[in-house]
Amino acid sequence: MAMAVALLLLVVGTILFHFLSPWWFTPIASNWKMMDDTVNITFVVTGIVFVAVNLFMASAVFLYRHREGQKAQYSPENKKLEWWLTILTSVGVAAMLTPGLFVWAKFVTVPKEASVVEAVGQQWTWSYRFPGRDGVLGTTDAKLITPGNPFGIDPKDPKGADDILVSSQELHLPINKPVKVLLRSKDVNHQFAVAQFRVKMDMVPGMVTYFWLTPTRTGRYDVLCEQLCGLAHFAMRGRVVVDEEKAFQTWLATKPTYAETAARVAGNAEAGRANYAVCSACHGPQAQGNQALNAPKLNSQAGWYLARQLRNFKQGIRGADDRDTYAKQMIPMAATLADDTAINNVIAYIGSLPDERTPATLAGDPERGKSLYTTCAACHGNAGQGVWSTNAPRLAHMSDWYLARQLRNFQQGIRGTHPQDFSGAQMVLMAKILPDERAIDDLLAYVHTLDARAAGPDPLPSRAALERAELPRRGM
Amino acid sequence: MAYVAIADRDHVLHDPETFIRKYIWSQDHKVIAIQYSVTAIAIGLVALGMSVLMRLQLGFPHAFSLIAPNNYYQFITMHGMIMVIYLLTALFLGGFGNYLIPLMCGARDMVFPYMNMLSYWVYLLAVLVLVAGFFIPGGPTGAGWTLYPPQSVLPGTPGSSWGIIFMLVSLGIFIVAFTMGGLNYVTTVLQARCRGMTLMRMPLSVWGIFMATVLGLLAFPALLVGAVMMTLDSLLGTSFFLPAVVSMGQPPTHSGGSPLLFQHLFWFFGHPEVYIVALPAFGIVSDLLSTHARRHIFGYRMMVWAILAIGCLSFVVWAHHMYVSGMNPYFGFFFATTTLIIAVPTAIKVYNWVLTLWRGDIHLTVPMLFAIGFIFTFVNGGLTGLFLGNVTVDVPLSATYFVVAHFHMVMGVSPILVVFGAIYHWYPKITGRMLNDTLGRIHFWLTFLGTYAIYLPMHYLGILGVPRRYYAFGGTEFLPESVQSVNAAITISALFVAAVQLVFLFNLIWSLSKGKPAGGNPWRATTLEWQTPDTPPKHGNWGPKLPVVHRWAYDYSVPGAKEDFIPQNQPPDALTPAGREQEPAS
Amino acid sequence: MSLTVAFVALLAGVVVWGLLARKLTAKPWERSAAPEEIEAGSTAGLPPAKIGLWALLAVVTSLFGLFISAYYMRMEHAHGDWTPLAVPRQLWVNTALLVLSSAAMEWARGGARRAQMDRLRTGLTAGGVLAWAFLAGQLLAWRQLSASGYFVASNPAVAFFYLLTAVHGLHLLGGLFVWGKTVFRMARPGVELVDLRLSVELCTVYWHYLLLVWLVLFAVLLST
Repeated sequence: MAMAVALLLLVVGTILFHFLSPWWFTPIASNWKMMDDTVNITFVVTGIVFVAVNLFMASAVFLYRHREGQKAQYSPENKKLEWWLTILTSVGVAAMLTPGLFVWAKFVTVPKEASVVEAVGQQWTWSYRFPGRDGVLGTTDAKLITPGNPFGIDPKDPKGADDILVSSQELHLPINKPVKVLLRSKDVNHQFAVAQFRVKMDMVPGMVTYFWLTPTRTGRYDVLCEQLCGLAHFAMRGRVVVDEEKAFQTWLATKPTYAETAARVAGNAEAGRANYAVCSACHGPQAQGNQALNAPKLNSQAGWYLARQLRNFKQGIRGADDRDTYAKQMIPMAATLADDTAINNVIAYIGSLPDERTPATLAGDPERGKSLYTTCAACHGNAGQGVWSTNAPRLAHMSDWYLARQLRNFQQGIRGTHPQDFSGAQMVLMAKILPDERAIDDLLAYVHTLDARAAGPDPLPSRAALERAELPRRGM
Repeated sequence: MAYVAIADRDHVLHDPETFIRKYIWSQDHKVIAIQYSVTAIAIGLVALGMSVLMRLQLGFPHAFSLIAPNNYYQFITMHGMIMVIYLLTALFLGGFGNYLIPLMCGARDMVFPYMNMLSYWVYLLAVLVLVAGFFIPGGPTGAGWTLYPPQSVLPGTPGSSWGIIFMLVSLGIFIVAFTMGGLNYVTTVLQARCRGMTLMRMPLSVWGIFMATVLGLLAFPALLVGAVMMTLDSLLGTSFFLPAVVSMGQPPTHSGGSPLLFQHLFWFFGHPEVYIVALPAFGIVSDLLSTHARRHIFGYRMMVWAILAIGCLSFVVWAHHMYVSGMNPYFGFFFATTTLIIAVPTAIKVYNWVLTLWRGDIHLTVPMLFAIGFIFTFVNGGLTGLFLGNVTVDVPLSATYFVVAHFHMVMGVSPILVVFGAIYHWYPKITGRMLNDTLGRIHFWLTFLGTYAIYLPMHYLGILGVPRRYYAFGGTEFLPESVQSVNAAITISALFVAAVQLVFLFNLIWSLSKGKPAGGNPWRATTLEWQTPDTPPKHGNWGPKLPVVHRWAYDYSVPGAKEDFIPQNQPPDALTPAGREQEPAS
Repeated sequence: MSLTVAFVALLAGVVVWGLLARKLTAKPWERSAAPEEIEAGSTAGLPPAKIGLWALLAVVTSLFGLFISAYYMRMEHAHGDWTPLAVPRQLWVNTALLVLSSAAMEWARGGARRAQMDRLRTGLTAGGVLAWAFLAGQLLAWRQLSASGYFVASNPAVAFFYLLTAVHGLHLLGGLFVWGKTVFRMARPGVELVDLRLSVELCTVYWHYLLLVWLVLFAVLLST
């Protein structure tokens, strides 16, 4: 009896939940409304079967529950009934399958007028490439990937020269124009997924995969990785902004071509010495840092990281939060560096300064910190040496008091909440795994024991490392 | 008759004398079955514990700080692998297969008892190697249970240097164990049935286990091939699966390998694996329903044919796990069609289960509750499978919580409900005592309703687009705050479900000595295992004389018969002669 | 993959046909036969070990089928990194050895059928020794290959060569283990033909099967 009632209530409850649930498809922003339709058809067909089978079962449990003297009926099979059920099921299956296959036929035929854009996945970040004026993407090879050529474009291929590179995690697309999204991965499997677009596809290293869509609604959409890609899989975020054509073209014009990035020269340390004069007031003549002035150690930090931070200060991406008073101080300072040449020069100068280890200022337990560091090591490297491909700066040899403050800032949303600060957003998610002050102290006590040189020299040409962070804008 | 001679001739029964020979190095299929079951349940509890920790993190992120991201990914990997292979496969085939095949077929033991014993010990070794993975530097692999390369062997994934090797080696050992067991089950079913036990008189439990074993024997090699090749890629630097990649900023060390090749191999095993778990559950639940509804299974022949059809079709649907993997999208047409075709025989099984209940005499015993619960969850999980099998419908839902909810319903909760039902059903035969009924009912209701409360809302989060395999959420604009509340509610349900399993464990142990004595055939069932001269059956099962079978396994409520069941080995002359052949098929 | 699917389909066909032949359409509830009419439930007459061996061969076929499928799929995927292997000449000699080994086993089986103990002894011993020689020859081929600079990681064709020959060799070693047990039993004083007949038959079937596998593998290696 209870069972029959329970089944009835479960069926009713499920239907109510289905209709009352506020969790449903996000409003669609692409041409793939047909996919939603197939889902709805499937819901109708399966819903009918769900209700019918379970109500039938509930009534059987109720009607034929054991009572004194009751005897089950004996009729081993009923050919006719079974055939009818088989046919009915086949019809239902066909009703779901046929529209699905028709829509899939649309999915596999990319419209001829579709433009092309490439999305590249890597642990744990995104970048994008447009084909430029010739409409053709240059060939690429994983073996050509260096910090200076993060897309691995073949310099000998003339078609690659005008490719427009988007090293930010934000992609813009024009509205109402079909686009074929080519997908590529540099390291492991990823998946480019935007809930509002419905379509998605894995990125597989060694292959180029694709899907196509026509964006139909302007707005900002989260890009998620939906293929497990390692420890920071859950923090791999990007963004697609669907623009009107004009706004899209304006945005695209700010991005450099491959030829422009390849022509970049390394910074000049001698020229940077003069620029550094301003910095040395706080960071010290050897860039060794000064805790009293809240200025962190800079020497031995990766150049691409310093460059990115300087640009972020200049553009108000870092120091956007009013509580971040020390970052606010850096904003006018960074403005003293007029252009990218100045930034590269000063970084080259900092890079020429000797690296001295700083004394510890925190009293944590390095043993406990070691297990906490497992998570950090995925991006920052086992020796805390920093890894350019994961956008992770060096931690070893750095000022521990400064790192502690940044971790707290990430935890409290003081840093990393600006919409353009994608790496910061990752750290916001990551810093949360440190439950309390003590964990931060322990972690940094362990980091203090690390020797960045244990990781060996940079595996890839470091000349280009300087230029990695943000590529210079066209026309600047 | 020559035939009886064969069945008894080859069985020089090694009657064990010492304790060790009887319970440890035993060649008795019943002891081996219990060894398999206890080991599988023990390692399953470990996996259950991991799911609790994962749920706490998802429901109340950072509130307990019990697990870091690397632990989370290690736990999803280990939880999945243990539940699918080391628990469900081992329990259904090594446990129930071992116990039921000889008893239900009327054999004295498996045909190769020594190999059967070896199978268990090799399985135990596989489990130990798996567990050892937790104690090596870097811990077990965190590549997800699908172990996709390149991430499974590249830095950035937990356990990518040694954890993955331990995993692959453990799987290799498991496959050896399974093959030894599987050859035994297949040969025993084909070769050692007692007189009169034609194939079409076998209980559906045996059919399900038999077909699942055949699937396992043919499908596990695919996993072995993948495991061997991945081990070589990882240890010797070959490039079977590894293309040129820039991992952690390092220049490529491999070139040209195909990550998709592994996925094809994995799912060529992985899809049949679903049915390796499902078919025994189908078979066993058929017997539970029939026995406790006091009615023959409806459409027995259709049920057998459906098992065969599902088994064959399960080898041509594997790529429906790969619609968005980047394989040639044209494959989608073929695999969507085959996948939806497989729904037809599966649906027939469901219809026949509920038609078995119709006009039955339903005793709502604890095993029956679990069987009915299974039908409900399986219908739910099976129907959501029609979403994911249909290529277009799958694309927006793939890799979301919808998938998690679907496979947990269809291949987690459903088979586990059958496992529980089966344990409540056969425990009296195995131990001679009944399990406590009240505790059993508490166990059923909390498990059944609790799991539904876990997975129903998950489907809708999936439709919203909540991605699976995320350690924490946040920093997205399209996910509303309420997602976190649902996750918290799901975690609370999960805690209830996990806690009530302790009641079940307590019941298992308590009833061993305190349970009501069961007698030989407490459920008044027809199949042979209930007709043994002793309960629990002694070594050799049947005493001096093998049984002879005179009828199919489902003679319940036969018109004109005195009792509402006629055991399979009851000779026809004991019947009242009322002509039941004329009974119309209504 | 299609290769393996084809194999499974074939196997399914055989199984279904076999089962149909066993009245899979029978309505089991219709008639409870009188005891004297009861047909034997099982495949009467065949020893279980034989059924077990055939089941094992199906498993091994699946394994090699999948390896070969993987071989072709990897080859198709290769973007110029697949350098076809110059098959070592030694392999022709090895193939001959394995053919002879199989023939010797067949000779032994003939001995077992005709109750000629001497013939059985000679055939079985020769078959095993030739199989060992085949394995030694395979090792020699490996050494020749690595001496000419082809290591396992050099290129996928080479890696597959090592892998496939190793897997085949391991299966042969498994066979030789059973062979060793049989020879050991044969060497015991007072051994009777009955004690050996089944083992010899099973070994022979297995030997022929592994010869077949080797010929297929060799053909695959030669043709690509």
